[in-house]
Amino acid sequence: MQIEYVGAFQIIVGVLVRFWPVWLALAVVMVPSYVARRRLGLYGQLYDSGVGLAGVGICLFWLFTAVFSATVSPFDPLAQIPVMKDALPGAIDANSGQVYLFGGDKLARDVFSRMVFGSRIVLIIAPAATGFALMVGITLGLPAGYYGGKIDSILSFLANLVLAFPVILLFYLLVTPGIMDTPIPYGLAGVFFLFPIVFFSVLFWTRYKNRPDRLYILLGLTLVIGGWVYAGLVFDADPLDIVSIAPNQLNIFVAVVFASSPGVFRIVRGLVMDIKTRDYVAAAQTRGESPWYIMLWEILPNARGPLIVDACLRIGYTTILLGTLGYFGLGLAPESPDWGTAIKDASRLLRQTIHPALPPTIALMSFVLGLNLLADSLREQSMKD
Amino acid sequence: MLIFMLRRLGVMAVTMLCLTLVVFYMVNLEPNLTKLALSQMDMRATRADQEKWLERNGYRQNFFVRYGQWIGVVKKQPIINPATGNPTARFTFCDDPAVPVYSGVLQGDFGCSTKFRETVAKKLFPALGATGVLMFWVLAVMVPISLLIGVLAGMREGSRTDRTLSVASIASTATPEYVSGVIFTVIFASWLGWFNGSAASASRGITFYNFTLPVMTLAIYGIGYIARMTRASMVEVMTQQYIRTARLKGLSFSAVVMKHALRNALIAPFTVIMLQFPWLLTGVVVVEVMFRYQGFGYTLVEAASNNDIDLLLGCSLVSVFIVLITQLISDVGYAYLNPRIRVQ
Repeated sequence: MQIEYVGAFQIIVGVLVRFWPVWLALAVVMVPSYVARRRLGLYGQLYDSGVGLAGVGICLFWLFTAVFSATVSPFDPLAQIPVMKDALPGAIDANSGQVYLFGGDKLARDVFSRMVFGSRIVLIIAPAATGFALMVGITLGLPAGYYGGKIDSILSFLANLVLAFPVILLFYLLVTPGIMDTPIPYGLAGVFFLFPIVFFSVLFWTRYKNRPDRLYILLGLTLVIGGWVYAGLVFDADPLDIVSIAPNQLNIFVAVVFASSPGVFRIVRGLVMDIKTRDYVAAAQTRGESPWYIMLWEILPNARGPLIVDACLRIGYTTILLGTLGYFGLGLAPESPDWGTAIKDASRLLRQTIHPALPPTIALMSFVLGLNLLADSLREQSMKD
Repeated sequence: MLIFMLRRLGVMAVTMLCLTLVVFYMVNLEPNLTKLALSQMDMRATRADQEKWLERNGYRQNFFVRYGQWIGVVKKQPIINPATGNPTARFTFCDDPAVPVYSGVLQGDFGCSTKFRETVAKKLFPALGATGVLMFWVLAVMVPISLLIGVLAGMREGSRTDRTLSVASIASTATPEYVSGVIFTVIFASWLGWFNGSAASASRGITFYNFTLPVMTLAIYGIGYIARMTRASMVEVMTQQYIRTARLKGLSFSAVVMKHALRNALIAPFTVIMLQFPWLLTGVVVVEVMFRYQGFGYTLVEAASNNDIDLLLGCSLVSVFIVLITQLISDVGYAYLNPRIRVQ
C-alpha cells in the first residue's frame, strides 16, 4: 500500500496546531504574570530578563505538554500501525486520516505521540525524586552542619561513600530486574519516604509546641496524609487504592533519590555552617530556642535562595539521570515512551533511519536547558538583592 | 602536610573497603547468582543444576569468607572432586591454583572473569589503557577550549560576548552524552559523512575519522561546566583592587588579563577539572557503548549485564580509586596553587 505524505510546511503547521492546549495554557499563565511582574516577587523578576523568560517559557511548555498529553498527541504512544514502520515524517495514516508528524519508529509507533507522552513520565519522576532527595538532604544536612563533631563526621563519610560511587555503577547494581525480588528497594524506599514525614512533624512540633490547638491539627494531617502515601508507596497497601506505584518505577525512584541526596546534603551542610555564625542564630540561642527550632525556622529559611537554584539544576540533572537509565535499558519497561528509552532504541538504528532519534533528544535537551536557564536567572536575581 | 596526606589515604582505604563490601553484597544477591549460573550454563539447565554449579564453584561459601578470599586475607580453596578426591582448579581458563593459597587483590590477583573466560587483569588493564587514550584526547580538547571560553566570557562581565558564551555553555551543560552523541552522529556521520559513527576500529588504530565523534561527544558536556566555573572565577578576579591598579597605571587591557588576572583566575577551575573526572567516568560508559569502543566503560557494562562478579568488582575498585584519587589531587593541588591556603 502506498503511503501518502504531507510537505515540510504542513508538518510544522501540524505540530504547532497539535500543541494548541499548551499555547493556550502558556498564554493564560504568562501574559498575566508578565503584566503583574512587579508585584510577584522573585517569580515576577524572572520576567525581566530574556534568559529568565526563556527558562520559564520552556519549563511551562513541557509542564503543560505533560498535563495535556492525551489531547496533544494524535495517537496512542504504544499503538502500532504496521504499515507505518519506519515511515518518514509526514506520513498519513490511511485509516484515521491523522498524520505521523515526526514519522514512525521501528515498531511502527508514532514518534510525536511518544515524545509527548514521554514528557509525562519525566515530569512526574524527576521533580518528585528531586523533592525527596531535597527532604533527605535537608533533614540530614541540618544537624550535620549545626552540631558538627561526630554526627557530621559519620554523615559526611556516608555521603562521600555514595558520591564516590560512579552513578552508572550504582544504577547497574540498584536497578537490575533481579533486585526487585529482594527486599532492598523496599527497604530503601521505606527509609527515604520516612524523611518527609519526619521533616514535617519536627517542623510543626518545634514551631507550635506551646499551641496545642494548631499543633494537633497539623501533626495529625502530616501523619495521616504521610502515612497514607507511605503505605501506598512502600507496602502497596493503600486502603483506598489511589496511591500506588509499579515496582520498577519504585526502584528507579529509589535509585535516583539515593544518587542525588548526598549532593543536597553537602550543599545544605555547607550553607548551615555558614549561616550558624550569624547574629540572629546567636539571638535565638540566647532566647533558649531548641536546636531543631533554630535549624528549621531560623537557618533553613535563610538558606532558601541557593536551595531553590540547586533544586532547579537538580531537576535537570535528575532528568539526565533518568535518560541515562533509559539509555541503558534499566528499570523502565522496554516499550515505555520516556525519552531515554526512545533515544536508546533510535540510536541503535542511526545508520538506517535518523528521524526517530531527533525528537526525544531535542525534547530532553530543551527541558534541561529550560531548567538551567531558570536556575541561572534565579541566581542572578538573588545576587542583585 | 604529611599527616594530612596520611589521614586522607587512611580514609580512602576505609572508603574503598566499605564500597567493595557493598558491591560484593549486591552482586552476590540471590537473583544475581541465578543470573550468573544461567549465563554460564545452557538455557535448559534446571534449578538443581544451577544450584550444583554454584555449589561446586564455591559461590555458596560463607559471605565473609568469600570476601576475604577476594581481598586476599583468606586462603582460596581449590575444588575437591567428590569422585576421586583430587583437588582441581576452580576455573581452568584462568590458571587458578590447585592448592590453597592467599590470592586476592592484596596479592595482585583480581580474580577471574566468567564472561570473557580469562583473568580480570588481562581484560581490565588493556581496557583501561584504551580508555586512557580516549580520556587524554578528551582532556586535550576540553580543557583549553573551556578555559578559553571562560576567560573570554569573564573578562568583560555583562558584555555581548559574555552573554552569548554564557548561554552557549548553559546549553552545553544541558546536553548529556547520549543526546549530543546522537545529534553529532546524525549531523557528522549521516548527513555530512565526515566522521565514522562507530569507533570500533579505533582499537586497532586511532584516526581522525573514527575518533573525533567520541571525543567531541565526551568533551561537550564538560566544556560548559568548566567554562562557567572559569567565568565565575575570572569575574571575581577582575573586580579585585590589583586589577584596577594595573589598569590605572596604564597597562593595556590584554596585558592585564594575560599577566595579572589569568594566573589567579585559573586556580578554581583546576579543582573543577579534577572533580569532573567522576562524571567523565559515567560519560565514558555512555560514549563507549554508543560508539562501540572497547574500553573500560564497555567492559563495565558487559560485566554488569552478565553479573561477572570478579570483573565487576575490579571495575568498581578502579572507578572508586579514580574518584578518590582525583579528590585528593584536587585538594592537595588547590593548597599548592593557592599560597594563602598553603601558609595556613
